[in-house]
Amino acid sequence: MKGYNFAYLDEQTKRMIRRALLKAVAIPGHQVPFGSREMPLPYGWGTGGIQVTAAVLGEADVLKVIDQGADDTTNAVSIRRFFGRTAGVATTTHTTEATVIQTRHRIPEVALREDQIIVYQVPQPEPLSKLEPSRAETRRMHGLAEYGAMHVKLYEDITRFGHVAISYDYPVMVNGRYLMAPSPIPAFDNPKMHMMPALQLFGAGREQRIYAVPPWTAVRSLDFEDHPFRTTRAPHACGLCGAADSYLDEVVTDDRGGRLFVCSDTDFCEGRRAAGHLGSEAGAETGTDMAAE
Amino acid sequence: MAYVAVKGGERAIDNAHAWLAEARRGDTAVPELTTAQIAAQLGRAVDRVMAEGSLYDPALAALALKQAQGDVIEAAFLLRAYRTTLPRFGYAAPLDTAAMLVRRRVSAIYKDMPGGQILGPTYDYTHRLLDFALEAGFSPPSAPEMPADGAEIPPVNAILAQEGLVEGDATTDAEPGDLTRTPLAFPAGRDVRLQTLARGDEGFLLALGYSTQRGWGGSHPFVGEIRVGEAAVAITPPELGFEIDIGDVAVTECQMVNQFKGSKTAPPQFTRGYGLVFGHAERKAMAMALVDRAMRAEELGEEVTAPAQNIEFVLYHADNIEATGFVEHLKLPHYVDFQSELETVRRMRAEAVAVKEAAE
Repeated sequence: MKGYNFAYLDEQTKRMIRRALLKAVAIPGHQVPFGSREMPLPYGWGTGGIQVTAAVLGEADVLKVIDQGADDTTNAVSIRRFFGRTAGVATTTHTTEATVIQTRHRIPEVALREDQIIVYQVPQPEPLSKLEPSRAETRRMHGLAEYGAMHVKLYEDITRFGHVAISYDYPVMVNGRYLMAPSPIPAFDNPKMHMMPALQLFGAGREQRIYAVPPWTAVRSLDFEDHPFRTTRAPHACGLCGAADSYLDEVVTDDRGGRLFVCSDTDFCEGRRAAGHLGSEAGAETGTDMAAE
Repeated sequence: MAYVAVKGGERAIDNAHAWLAEARRGDTAVPELTTAQIAAQLGRAVDRVMAEGSLYDPALAALALKQAQGDVIEAAFLLRAYRTTLPRFGYAAPLDTAAMLVRRRVSAIYKDMPGGQILGPTYDYTHRLLDFALEAGFSPPSAPEMPADGAEIPPVNAILAQEGLVEGDATTDAEPGDLTRTPLAFPAGRDVRLQTLARGDEGFLLALGYSTQRGWGGSHPFVGEIRVGEAAVAITPPELGFEIDIGDVAVTECQMVNQFKGSKTAPPQFTRGYGLVFGHAERKAMAMALVDRAMRAEELGEEVTAPAQNIEFVLYHADNIEATGFVEHLKLPHYVDFQSELETVRRMRAEAVAVKEAAE
């Protein structure tokens, strides 16, 4: 794009971000402060992820951007277009073809590979933020690995509800040392982070933090021996592709309680349908399609 | 439903932008507003956009206001995003506000002093009656003029300082921090605090400053001086090796003087809060000075009890570009997280019903 550097940010800024990324990879799960820049997209809409993506993107990369698991949600479209305009890189909706995947709120269903990077958009990098509002204090708690407060929070959930009542942004221990916010992915996705072959990078623009999980790193969702971590998903099969193990969106189809459950990962769902898997509602493409080309 | 359409996000965005452009222009029977008109006639809005956008450029601020349909925060955001892409040629020398060309200067602590009270173009003593003559279009008669004597107007603080009644300027040779390059860290120095306040949201600072007056961290403030005018900006280009003026910026400066009972190490004397803002922005400069002083509570050995005294609270929430982004991001789809919450609530309700039935 005329008047702008490749991938928008100037090379000095990219270098600063890459330094932060290297430090983040060297200390898995540790939040590294970085000089987050003002981006032409609003804070809270993926500025951290965009800066990380801009810093790792090369001309030969193939970029995929998802929001809520879908390539065509408005903000995913907006970010993909941003890099289309400013970097001119190839984009794709296919998880397997992408070399860099920027995501908000989901990890793709298909297992990622060693030659891929997944960049998470992070609204609140501090996993302790709801327990301790002061960052000066939470920094100290991380330094001392003082995570008792979080265990107490989980314990209190169990005594009140019989189970941990955190359904997304479920805290994880990385490499047995740092407590980390996995970003607001559903707890369903947490196990995918454990020993993932792909490099996982996290960018929080407004909060000016970068962190990372290197490939093949242990990521354990916090739990107790007698109350092991477990995931939840809507107890249905995808209405379009029949998948019984994917994370599902609940689409309201009418005002009489009608519901359609479909894969949140649209690429996964389309791939299954192309391979001949059909769900009970296949063919009844829904009202969600009404703005289609 | 098209909002989170399975397909159609691309076209929806294009159409939304087209509609926005049309709405921005409004009724085409009405002449289009020029950015020159905005810069000349909506100066206070332009000033606020420059201050919160953290970029001194009235023409760009006017363009941002036009593009944002007068939404000041949106306009400041446009300026900020543009500002990031600009190269840095160097750093200016500290502004010498004592030498600035003053168009307004008032002090509330002396009836008169060297340099005098200069009301300047102020709304302070206007009666807030809607002026229907303006609606019809109105060319004001030229305001009375008198020749300036060109003498420097000494800061009011200097008068107090002669007697040692007010704390002096803290001097340091350290490089000032720059929060656009280095993320906030705590404890945050006063340089970084003032930078945050200067870029901070006027409404937020106004409310915080106001809260200190109502007892939430009171500091007994007096307006030592407010001055509005043009200050020269000087840089020393490395290839020249000496200082050159590169232009003027309009600024508003507020020196607040606050009561202080003294401590073990300092005798009773007046302390200060400081405000400096781009453009003509007295409300912001005063609020900034109040909040600056409130945040010095710990340094001065006062008890920290109120929001305005809590440095982390103030600094992390003063930036309206950050705040508006994060508040408004709630508009983005969150249905994946909501789905997981739905399943959790359903499960908890089912368990609660089961427990109740078992008990009956």
